[in-house]
Amino acid sequence: MLQLTFALCAFSCRAVPVQTPESCSPSTGVVQVAAGVYVRPGHAAVVFEGDEIANIGFVVGDRCVAVIDTGGSLAEGQALDCAIREVTERPVCYVINTHVHPDHLLGNLAFKRPGVEFVGHAKLPRALAMRGDTYLERASAYESRALHESIFVFPERTLTSVIQLDIGERVLTVRAHKSAHTDHDISVVDEKTKTAFLGDLVFLEHLPVIDGSINGWIGELEAMTSESLAYVVPGHGPVRALWPSAAEPTLQYLTGLRENVRAWIASGGDLASAQDNIDQPRSEEWLLFDRYQRRNVGAAYAELEWED
Amino acid sequence: MMGNSRCNAFAAQLGCATVLMMLAPVMGEATTVAEDMVWTGGLRHAYFGDRPITQSDDLIVLDAPNRAEDAAIVPISITAQIPQTDERYIKTIHLFIDKNPGPLVGTFHFTPKSGRADLALRVRVNAYGPIRAIAETSDGELFMSRRFIKATGGCSAPAGSDLDAAMARLGKIKLRTNSVARLAQPTAAQLMISHPNLNGMQMDQVTHLYAPAHFVRHVKVSFDGEEIFSAETGIGISENPIFRFFFVPDSEGQLTAEVTDTQDLQFRQTLQVVPVGTLR
Repeated sequence: MLQLTFALCAFSCRAVPVQTPESCSPSTGVVQVAAGVYVRPGHAAVVFEGDEIANIGFVVGDRCVAVIDTGGSLAEGQALDCAIREVTERPVCYVINTHVHPDHLLGNLAFKRPGVEFVGHAKLPRALAMRGDTYLERASAYESRALHESIFVFPERTLTSVIQLDIGERVLTVRAHKSAHTDHDISVVDEKTKTAFLGDLVFLEHLPVIDGSINGWIGELEAMTSESLAYVVPGHGPVRALWPSAAEPTLQYLTGLRENVRAWIASGGDLASAQDNIDQPRSEEWLLFDRYQRRNVGAAYAELEWED
Repeated sequence: MMGNSRCNAFAAQLGCATVLMMLAPVMGEATTVAEDMVWTGGLRHAYFGDRPITQSDDLIVLDAPNRAEDAAIVPISITAQIPQTDERYIKTIHLFIDKNPGPLVGTFHFTPKSGRADLALRVRVNAYGPIRAIAETSDGELFMSRRFIKATGGCSAPAGSDLDAAMARLGKIKLRTNSVARLAQPTAAQLMISHPNLNGMQMDQVTHLYAPAHFVRHVKVSFDGEEIFSAETGIGISENPIFRFFFVPDSEGQLTAEVTDTQDLQFRQTLQVVPVGTLR
């Protein structure tokens, strides 16, 4: 099903180059997934062990362009900016960050200029402030150069529920979610095409990573499956998938993991033994299972042990 | 910036200038490997002076994962190799993570009534580096068990994932036994404290957001009024601190946990323990 969707898209949706500004290298592989909606595909890798990891993209309105996530480095952000200029001459007016993780957010600086407003969850600044030192150190190590805190661009407009942004004959619904993948996830729905950028609320292929709340995430996803959306752009995996079927693998993994971890806690097993032993649910689909399963077990355990 | 933050790692406890002086070539123990620089170059002498420390796993064994998947919650355990007797027992265990801001994670005290000086807890690990437990016996000897924790993976950072949930439950305590309590036998127990354990180290210079440090600083557990386990703890302890330890119930009695944080908030929980074999 998902592969079919992708194939259809690859056949008919490729961006048509409009203009290539000099000294500007656009991201490769940018795909138009719906009219005026573009995605730069990501490739599964552990953060700071690869480039272009997350699906990031932009929506073109009659007035301006909204960017949804900016990639893992300044260079990735600049390449996305360049790819936008191949598609349209309209200026970027919004950068919407779906959450704090570096593979989605560290390209922000490429868009920091007059006329661009950064939008994020009200809890994003705190999350970024708490992780900033670690990210700075690791990004510097990965890029082999001393980066400065100025790489972090904080949101100017923050939200706790839902806002709408008009980019010219085109309205984007931006929603702040309860604690799920992180405690500050944002989703963006392009009302014109009913295409939703879900950030890391949905993973395909890449194992879901818990950095918020396993119970909250399951709850948010279950609630969202009743929404009528044409397509969704998952944070990782194919650039476009159908809804609500795209939510199923993530939901199945999270509910299975929750069941296993609850059983482990009930039997008196501690966190370390849970991480050493719980290797389910596992499916052929998941990439990076060996890199993220122990982390997920730990995060789930630390949350579920407080259930009464 | 990077050099500065390295210095910050010690500044909290020792002051930057002091640390820089201490990093100068040190007398005493030879530096065997560069990764022990922080320890040999300052920590060791700041906390233990010239007292001899035997590095071996004969008295206690520290167990830590090779790789910290989630830097915010790294499970650590310490297993004693001797029983707690009135004649000789492990009195104190000091836990250090060399490269953390505030390397001393905690100081943990045991008594003969502990039965075993075993301890399991969760810590924050800021960077690739050594973690070490130094046990002090009742007759004043020091033994060190040392492990090395590799770099963290993925989007990991030593911050909590859902601070608000921890804050909403602030001070909630779960206290339980983890094994069947048997009369006069070491019995495993677990103390869980819901607390965000904020380390107060946010980048306020950029954001002008500032959450002051707010963490659990003291824990005391007693059985029928006699102390069996206590600890002075710092920001190296994970959000929602948890401690597994032992005690010897020599009668039916009450296990009491008392917790104090840096805002002097106090939390308390009790558990009635009826050991198997008790005459009633």
